Amino acid sequence: MQKLGMGQAINQALREEMRRDPNVFLAGEGVGVSIHLNPMFPTHGLLEEFGPGRIKDTPVSEAAIAGLAVGAAEAGLRPVVEIMFNPFFTLASDMIVNHAAKLRYLSGGKSAFPLVVRMKSGAGIGAGCQHSHNLEAWAAHCPGLKVVMPATSADAKGLLKSAIRDDNPVIFIEHMGLYFAPMPVPEDEYTTPIGKAEVKRPGKDVTVVTWSGMLGVGLAAAEKLAQEGVDVEIVDLRTLVPLDKETVLASVAKTGRLVVLHEATRTGGFGGEVAAVVMEEGFHNLKAPLRRVTGPDIPVPASPPLERFYIPSDEQLIAAIKEIL
Amino acid sequence: MQVSAEKQREMLWTMLLSRRFEDELMELCKVEGKIPGMMILSTGQEAVGSGACAALEPEDVIITNHRSHNHLLAKGADPNVLMAEIYCKRTGCNKGKSGTLHLAVPEVNAPCTSTVVGAGPPIAVGQAFAQQYKGEQRVTVCFFGDGAAAEGSVHEAMNLAALWRLPVIFICENNVYAGAQRYEEHAPNPSMADRAAAYAMSGVAVDGNDALAVYHVVRKARERALAGEGPSLIECKTYRCRGHGEADPQHYQPKEEICAWQEKCPIPRLRDDLISQGVLTAADYQEMEGRAETIVMEAVRFAEDSPYPSPEEALEDVFA
Ligand SMILES: Cc1ncc(C[n+]2csc(CCOP(=O)(O)OP(=O)(O)O)c2C)c(N)n1
Repeated sequence: MQKLGMGQAINQALREEMRRDPNVFLAGEGVGVSIHLNPMFPTHGLLEEFGPGRIKDTPVSEAAIAGLAVGAAEAGLRPVVEIMFNPFFTLASDMIVNHAAKLRYLSGGKSAFPLVVRMKSGAGIGAGCQHSHNLEAWAAHCPGLKVVMPATSADAKGLLKSAIRDDNPVIFIEHMGLYFAPMPVPEDEYTTPIGKAEVKRPGKDVTVVTWSGMLGVGLAAAEKLAQEGVDVEIVDLRTLVPLDKETVLASVAKTGRLVVLHEATRTGGFGGEVAAVVMEEGFHNLKAPLRRVTGPDIPVPASPPLERFYIPSDEQLIAAIKEIL
Repeated sequence: MQVSAEKQREMLWTMLLSRRFEDELMELCKVEGKIPGMMILSTGQEAVGSGACAALEPEDVIITNHRSHNHLLAKGADPNVLMAEIYCKRTGCNKGKSGTLHLAVPEVNAPCTSTVVGAGPPIAVGQAFAQQYKGEQRVTVCFFGDGAAAEGSVHEAMNLAALWRLPVIFICENNVYAGAQRYEEHAPNPSMADRAAAYAMSGVAVDGNDALAVYHVVRKARERALAGEGPSLIECKTYRCRGHGEADPQHYQPKEEICAWQEKCPIPRLRDDLISQGVLTAADYQEMEGRAETIVMEAVRFAEDSPYPSPEEALEDVFA
């Protein structure tokens, strides 16, 4: 099986979907000619294959990029637009939150907005809080948007292909820390369904629900705990909206314990939603109170010791698990 | 208008200091693990910040962007605390929260560096509004790029500033590139200064590699602003000699173009001008170079000797 970083896996998904469907086009800042002359980046080489008619380098204009997607999608194209970093979602958010997400509803179901907004996110690059800020809970809070946050290259490829074929607006958030780690990706054509979580590691003692860049932290903690005889089950949500309650609840029914792990800040984070669902629908299966392990309620600082402090660690996860064992 | 020899030497000095400061950063960021994050330099563009800040008074405010080192040094920021912040140390001007990208130095009235492209102009409007509101005799200068000019926020800020005749000076640093996109690939009108007409404000284009020319137009815009005549848009035509950041191989930038602009470097230009005017000698210039070297090496030493913040300091400063 080929081994690809997440950026390369996304590149394959974009390439294959553009070959398959002439209505798919890309737009964004530097999606054609980028400062990154680097094949590990998602849109590398696409301009050469598809030309400037379909790979649209835009001005620095997030509102216009998002508006372009909304209008073009309503008119029958399938835009895949890039907002360079997750925090700049704020600039695109009128078009996405007030329009992409609501116009189908407003039309009484007559219109559809088959668009994808790709964004980079995640702490760990030392760039500080205007570049590193995970805003998935904002998007998830907005009815009408699907929210996808893959943790592996294979999922990224399969989920992006599904997102492009989906008739709804999909927010697709990519953790930069995963771009460069080679992971197995099937060679054959496949898609991964939106709205299905996956048990990335089976276990019987405690469930850790996580997504995106935190999967690695969860798996590392599980390895360490295995040596102490604790068997951790890791559920990777992959998609926040729609939320695969079934997989989460089934796992909690099996283990009786839950820790939700995410990189985004705690208050109002999506971990609260997962926790609430389990309290409402799986409380009878819980043997102990659930826990959240998240980023603290601060903007992501630049200085390395501060940034490391921000990012949830396997030690923190292990401590939380031990509290409820 | 005659510019005093002292003012001219000041501009030369701040250009020289920022060049030396950034040349050092260029080397430092090649050392693994020394400087976190991105490194974005203004090599070749120093005449803009240095010319503009020389035309300001200490009480005037500047709002800057991701390419800020020259602007801040020209406004009088302490090289030690800037360097320490770039190193992400506790002694840095922002206690390591910012790093190189969002350096805030309220002590010299440079309260905000936003690296969200296009965010500066609306904030500058707020600063200028406060100045007008309080009846102060001070202005706000906002530096932003040609790429940033595409953001809606920049148009909205200019419209409001012009409507309310706010004492703000918009300085568009047109360095030909926005990321990997050339000016003509992201802006349909070859003149950025033309936009001023849409808001019925003053708009001029100047040679952004000529510190004196920048000084003159900013000084004039300042006088207009203080006289209640409202905002100005100044387009400084210059060139980004290095990549967008230091990780950028500049594969899309023609080598000959870079070389041609390096020939137009603003530093020897002003130096030679001052020497021919007889207000500077070659020895004076050598002394300046030596002084810049000493200051930058001291800043590096200060930064290296400074401790990192301790992890829990991450929790501080969220609320006032
Ligand atoms: C809102 C926003 N979008 C995108 C970016 C990424 N970005 C950083 S600098 C830059 C190009 C800016 O070009 P310009 O304004 O001309 O300034 P220059 O870098 O040339 O000085 C881009 C797109 C950003 N920081 N903020």
